[in-house]
Amino acid sequence: MIPGTFDYHRPASLSDAIGLLSKLDSDARVIAGGHSLIPMMKLRLASPSHLVDLAAIAELKGVRIDAGEVVVAAMTTQHELIASELLAAHAPIIRETAALIADPQVRYMGTIGGNVANGDPGNDMPALMMALGASYVLRGPGGERRVAARDYYQGAYTTSALPREILTAVRFPAPPAGHGYAYEKLKRKVGDYATAAAAVILTVSGGRIATCAIGLTNVAETALFAQAAAQAVVGTALDKASLAKASAAAEAIAAPAADGRGSVEYRRKMAGVTTARALTRAFARATA
Amino acid sequence: MSKCNVSVTVNGKSVSAEVESRTLLIHYLRENLGLTGSHIGCDTSHCGACTVDIDGKSVKSCTIFALQAQGAQILTIEGMAGADGKLHALQEAFREMHGLQCGYCTPGMIMRAHRLLQENPNPSEAEIRMGISGNLCRCTGYQNIVKAIQYAAAKLNGVDYKEAAE
Repeated sequence: MIPGTFDYHRPASLSDAIGLLSKLDSDARVIAGGHSLIPMMKLRLASPSHLVDLAAIAELKGVRIDAGEVVVAAMTTQHELIASELLAAHAPIIRETAALIADPQVRYMGTIGGNVANGDPGNDMPALMMALGASYVLRGPGGERRVAARDYYQGAYTTSALPREILTAVRFPAPPAGHGYAYEKLKRKVGDYATAAAAVILTVSGGRIATCAIGLTNVAETALFAQAAAQAVVGTALDKASLAKASAAAEAIAAPAADGRGSVEYRRKMAGVTTARALTRAFARATA
Repeated sequence: MSKCNVSVTVNGKSVSAEVESRTLLIHYLRENLGLTGSHIGCDTSHCGACTVDIDGKSVKSCTIFALQAQGAQILTIEGMAGADGKLHALQEAFREMHGLQCGYCTPGMIMRAHRLLQENPNPSEAEIRMGISGNLCRCTGYQNIVKAIQYAAAKLNGVDYKEAAE
């Protein structure tokens, strides 16, 4: 499979990259790890006339704390996320999730920016970013703006990023020490996209859930922020009845497609099952 | 359509070739450099037969343009044996432990196992299985591939390989 032709650009700075995007044809695409875009180009589902490679831009690398928030630069690879001690200390759910993405080779190349930016509902990080209350930093010719992960996704492969904007980083407030977390991903085999998956971040006070946020992966056209499911367990000690309510609330917002991973009914049910499993594991961690 | 020069270091040798921007690294290696040890299997970044080592990372060379590797240090299966033809520990291990049947996945398996052992010189069986989870083998059922990697790890660590009881 041979992709269509394109001109290749490798800017050394973010401002150069944005300058290029401003003057090139509107079908120019940025390429990060390329492990979503290149397969699509090989299938001729994408045929950009220009590729702007972000690999040489140093400011798009690394994990840091800034103004009390964790900032993960867009070109940080899944492999680097797993290795990051800073993330392991502040948001261990990122390591747990990154390790479930694709396979080792893909994780050396795949980036957090690419994972969240392109709007593939099968990608794992968007639901996690919703649960963490993350925002995405978008830089374009008109300057920089931030969009909440919960507002970013409009449909499959459709996002609120403008054509000439580059997603430069994700940032989120570090969950408090002692929080509970879990990413529960049901998949057929290593490397597969989720049949359904749930990301949970919660805090416990006096044996009861004080705060909770839940994101769902691959059970609708976009990742979903499952607000009602989270609300169902706040104030509880995660008894059976509230867990069932949370599952039902997750199922109620799921709108999966039937595919090789299962029927609509099965995948909707699995949205509830993964939600319950993630809640149970997160609660156990917070109360351990 | 303009051609671009891609210069890289492959198996310690500086090489360059004029290619189209859309040329994938696997095609650059096989067709421009004549290094046909790395195989094209699925061509969809699933099977890992095309795995090579780029700047210390295992990469599926069917899913990266040659231009993206500009200036990189690349190691392929052709660079594993010594200049005198002495097999690398992993190559010896795959032979000794019958870690292959048809051999199609083997170059990718060995290149992936090489990086795995660089990062984790003494992996558990579970770590080996997760470590090669991006490489498909349709012949062996993986059992002897895992043993081969354990054999190579032992050899590289200078200890005797002891096969676990089954």
